[in-house]
Amino acid sequence: MGLVDFLHKIEPDKKKSPFLHTLFDGFFTFAYAPNSVTRGGVHVRDGMDLKRLMIHVVLAMQLCYVFGSYNIGHQHYAALGMYESFLSGFHLKLFYGLIKIIPIFIVSNLVGLGIEFYYAARKGHAIEEGFLVSGALIPLIMPPDIPLWILALSVAFAVIIGKEAFGGTGMNILNIALLARVFVFFAYPTYISGDEVWISGIEKIDTSYIASENGWIFGVFDWIFSSFGWETFGAGGQAVVDGYTGATPLSLASKGGWEYVLTVYTPSQMWWGAIPGSIGEMPKLFIIFGALFLVMTKIASWRIMLSMFIGAAITALLMNVAGTTPFMQVPWYYQFYMGSFFFAMAFMATDPVTAASTDMGKWIYGFLIGMIGMIIRVLNPAYPEGWMLAILFMNVFAPLIDYYVLEANIKRRAKRVRSTIGVSTENILTESQSVH
Amino acid sequence: MRNRITKFGAVFSFFVLSADLFAQGSATGGSNALLYGLLLIVALLILAAVALIGDSMVTVKSKELGVERGSEKLSLFPSNEEMFAPKAEGAASGKKVFFLKKGFDIKLEGEASYDVDENLNVSTFALQPKNFIGMSPIPKVEVEVGQEVNAGDHILYDKKNPSVKYVAPVSGEVIAVNRAEKRSIAEVVILADKKMNFRKLPQFDFEKSSREELVNYMLDAGVWPHIKQRPYDIIADHTIEPKAIFVTTFDSAPLAPDQDIVVAGREDIFQIGLDVLNNLTSGKVHISIDAKDEDPSTAFMNANGVEIHYFHGQHPAGNVGVHIHHIDPISSGEKVWTLGVQDVITLGALFEEGVYDAQRVVVLTGAELKNPRYVTTYLGANIGDLIKNDLKNDHVRLISGDVLSGKTKTQEQFLDFYEDQITVVEEGDEYEPFGWLIPSSARPSISPTFISNLIGTTYRANTNTHGEKRAFVVTGQYEQVLPMDIYPQHLMKSILINDLERMEGLGIYELSEEDIAICEFTCTSKQPLQMILREGLEAMREQE
Repeated sequence: MGLVDFLHKIEPDKKKSPFLHTLFDGFFTFAYAPNSVTRGGVHVRDGMDLKRLMIHVVLAMQLCYVFGSYNIGHQHYAALGMYESFLSGFHLKLFYGLIKIIPIFIVSNLVGLGIEFYYAARKGHAIEEGFLVSGALIPLIMPPDIPLWILALSVAFAVIIGKEAFGGTGMNILNIALLARVFVFFAYPTYISGDEVWISGIEKIDTSYIASENGWIFGVFDWIFSSFGWETFGAGGQAVVDGYTGATPLSLASKGGWEYVLTVYTPSQMWWGAIPGSIGEMPKLFIIFGALFLVMTKIASWRIMLSMFIGAAITALLMNVAGTTPFMQVPWYYQFYMGSFFFAMAFMATDPVTAASTDMGKWIYGFLIGMIGMIIRVLNPAYPEGWMLAILFMNVFAPLIDYYVLEANIKRRAKRVRSTIGVSTENILTESQSVH
Repeated sequence: MRNRITKFGAVFSFFVLSADLFAQGSATGGSNALLYGLLLIVALLILAAVALIGDSMVTVKSKELGVERGSEKLSLFPSNEEMFAPKAEGAASGKKVFFLKKGFDIKLEGEASYDVDENLNVSTFALQPKNFIGMSPIPKVEVEVGQEVNAGDHILYDKKNPSVKYVAPVSGEVIAVNRAEKRSIAEVVILADKKMNFRKLPQFDFEKSSREELVNYMLDAGVWPHIKQRPYDIIADHTIEPKAIFVTTFDSAPLAPDQDIVVAGREDIFQIGLDVLNNLTSGKVHISIDAKDEDPSTAFMNANGVEIHYFHGQHPAGNVGVHIHHIDPISSGEKVWTLGVQDVITLGALFEEGVYDAQRVVVLTGAELKNPRYVTTYLGANIGDLIKNDLKNDHVRLISGDVLSGKTKTQEQFLDFYEDQITVVEEGDEYEPFGWLIPSSARPSISPTFISNLIGTTYRANTNTHGEKRAFVVTGQYEQVLPMDIYPQHLMKSILINDLERMEGLGIYELSEEDIAICEFTCTSKQPLQMILREGLEAMREQE
């Protein structure tokens, strides 16, 4: 316990420097589970706490991080017509992806946690763990070339307006990560929609690596790679292959249906995720692994996931039946190959704070997200993908759903009162009748 | 409605399946198969509709005639429960059992061995006014320090409710009246005699006297505080007649005593107690038995004049609140009374022997005890005497009751009035490096993220909170362990904003602290649910 004593000695004073104290407390409780004991109420508590809960969600998305980082590099080189096989140029793709994703991760966490710490110090409470998950989710749902200042702005908006204004972790109405994304989506639409933004480094194709943002890092890695005798990033500045558009499967499908998608991508490519898109949304199988992990550890609600799947499948089926546009004719099961359905299902819709909180409500909530998301995706020409908007929309309606579920419970109870009163008056009647 | 849909589905599928037999003959139909198939489906639909209407008419007729089959309506079809409910084994086999799927058993080390130690010497006993919810903080004490009392002599009464007498559990000398904050009375301590002397009470024949005489006799004899009233879990109001009386014959809390051992040898007295209860209400007296128990005591199985119910499930399946919810729930304005097994025995002993007999079988449990076992003593026994020379170390918490809803005590303090259990657990006031991520020891949890949870061990739990208090984040967690049609988290929120109407609507009347305790245990946000619930109950009680 020597280290604990030492840490307590250097603990900043709460009154003199509240911010430093909060910061210290945050890191200290991260390193050491506190020594607090139960008082009043139960004497033994469950080993689960919010930190453990949140870290398991973060663990569930690690495969997305690994794949997403690599895929940034892969898409970049595929666009240039180099290393077209998935695993060739492995170190270049991996490091290219890491060079892109690490600044995004650092900025979103630095900004988000910074604001969280500031508010914790101001309100005088401990740092809450909410941003642990949001900070891990935000990089995965951004396009790889997102300018860092836009990212910082969106995270600040989401955390201040979306969360702290409502009272902090557990009080927010809208999903923080999605709020950050929707901010970029409406404030800076050119950076997060269209065909080019999903592939890193092809808009600024005439600039060399060195001249790009954080370009010096490419130089450092080239130096390392060349010392091993590996291929290097080189000067960059190559042109995109002829005819390469970078269109995502969804934008292809909205133009020409499933056949048109198949001219560019194969189903297995879409299933494994080697396609352009937001950083972490593509590897369907890995996301399903994550979702199963969350379900088995009972951290995320399987009800929401299942009902969202059912809702989306039914809507897609109905659209198949109607079949008036090529997009509507896409076989319902192939709708799941495209876009970010599984990511939204596993990590976004299941956020316990913003989802419906009753079991029945969860069924309704998930089902409606599936339905609305699919409608936005297929029928709305302006938005290529629907899950972000559908989830935010249903976040707003979740309390209403809960309200009606609870009202039903209250009515059941009230009905019981009426029925017992009814029975007793009946008894009185029969007794008086028997007297006569 | 749901029942009707399943019935219809069952009937329809029966016809569809049997239709295959008829279809054998006309299989050569050829191109008209589709038409025949459709006709067949229509015919089956009509048949099913006829069957369903017939069923409804039977139900209506049976209601008119007052014919009922148990609590179910009479019907042509088996009820959902009859078809799909799991069948109980052991003592409850062939009987209707309430299977509760929700709940959680915290498996702790330190279970008591099944022998009862009758020679434990406890010298002091106490009556603690704070055990009685709603009692004014300074009750009138009728004895003085130094006075000799018999077991059953009046010790104190509540000035707001003077007819309910609280009596001495043992005979001896009153050695202290200890006071707590604001001069409130914490305990009246009695140094017990070696040989117990009882206050002689007149013999009373409860079968021949009126209910009012019976109540007055019980009030004077001091057994009244043994009857508790729901909602609020307070001392029963002697001026009213309850809708029903509930006695639970098993306790599912961690390390709780086996009531079969408690009642052993006093089966007849238990039955007399039940008979007395039957004279206190024109409603029913319900007792609930553990359907998991292979061989419940004959006192419970053969109880006369009461309704016997079987419950099967994990904690809180043994809580009387859960039983009331499933048997005959409390609605607004209704009152029910509840008693524990030993309270019924005290009641029975009064009418059998004419004395206030507060003898208790108490179970001493917990991983920090050298010799967890059952002991016989009296109500309000000194805790230090109970666990004398039995502690493995000093860094422990002594709990009167179980780890979920018991109270923290010191060695100088006493067993609470309604408790028959002492639990000793380790204090967990130590820092744990990365304890939230990599726990250094196995700990009980409902979360499958703990590997130990999957293999089913027993735990040597400590009192660490395992995390800090947070706002409500996780949902559906309380519902997962509370086998009642109640949404605890929303109820808690309505209490926190003091919305009385919503509290009532969401079922606060049906809960007491012990029912919600398991939810508090599981709470990821470490919220004090029992405290919040009591605040809500007090707010509701002020309205009456």
